[in-house]
Amino acid sequence: MAQTANLDPSEWVDRFGDYLFRFAMLRLRDRSVAEDLVQETFLSALSARGSFSGISSESTWLVGILKHKISDHFRRQAREAPLGDGDLREHPDLSSFDGSGHWTSGPTDWGGNPADLYREKKFLDQFAECLSRLSPNLANAFTLREIEGANTGEICKVLNVTETNLWVILHRARMQLRRCLETRWFDRKTEKEP
Amino acid sequence: MLSCKDVTRLISESMDHSLPLGKRVGMRLHLLICTFCSRYERQLLLIRDTVRRLAAMEDAYGSLAGELLSEEAKGRIRKSLATP
Repeated sequence: MAQTANLDPSEWVDRFGDYLFRFAMLRLRDRSVAEDLVQETFLSALSARGSFSGISSESTWLVGILKHKISDHFRRQAREAPLGDGDLREHPDLSSFDGSGHWTSGPTDWGGNPADLYREKKFLDQFAECLSRLSPNLANAFTLREIEGANTGEICKVLNVTETNLWVILHRARMQLRRCLETRWFDRKTEKEP
Repeated sequence: MLSCKDVTRLISESMDHSLPLGKRVGMRLHLLICTFCSRYERQLLLIRDTVRRLAAMEDAYGSLAGELLSEEAKGRIRKSLATP
């Protein structure tokens, strides 16, 4: 339906600015980086206007460009701050396990499996908060794997890590995220509801 | 015998690739008898499921966790588009 001639860059910011910004915020967790990448997305789109085929919608096309910018940003971050010991090894004081590998305090009962969590604003706020508490390498790996649904081979290339290290990072990301959500959401929720 | 610490690692790995048979069986046997580890697995799968639904409904996330692009940033971007 949409044709090249119909692209109107002067309206982009009003029509797609907030949408692209939220898309970027969920993945980047940093307001100023997200703003920059949205701006770069519009600028790239402007100069690549001619390549817009009109087969996909304008917003899908813009999101596609933004996705590339986000991957590039992750690549750059991985180059500037490569995997460290802190990403791969749990500090003993923070471990959930004793010396023989038993739980010191196991996961608490979350009370059923609420299927509609993704619709709850307060939960999403806590999720975003917990994700931003992970180290950048852990959070970026989790984002690529679970939000973007990328396969492990692609993620290894972006983050420049071996597959074995990626499994370790994802394991640590999931464990920390789970614990954070338990503390900040599920435990509080079951306290409130008898 | 696998410890709970080993099993949590295998649970996560099994979400990223299929485990070799021996490890898979060891993990499943442990999960049959360990309340904490099976709870852990359920919770990781719940988180995965929630995040996937969230990603599939990007617009919903926008309307819920609605941080907006600031007016200042919008102005800046408009300007850069006008004078590339």
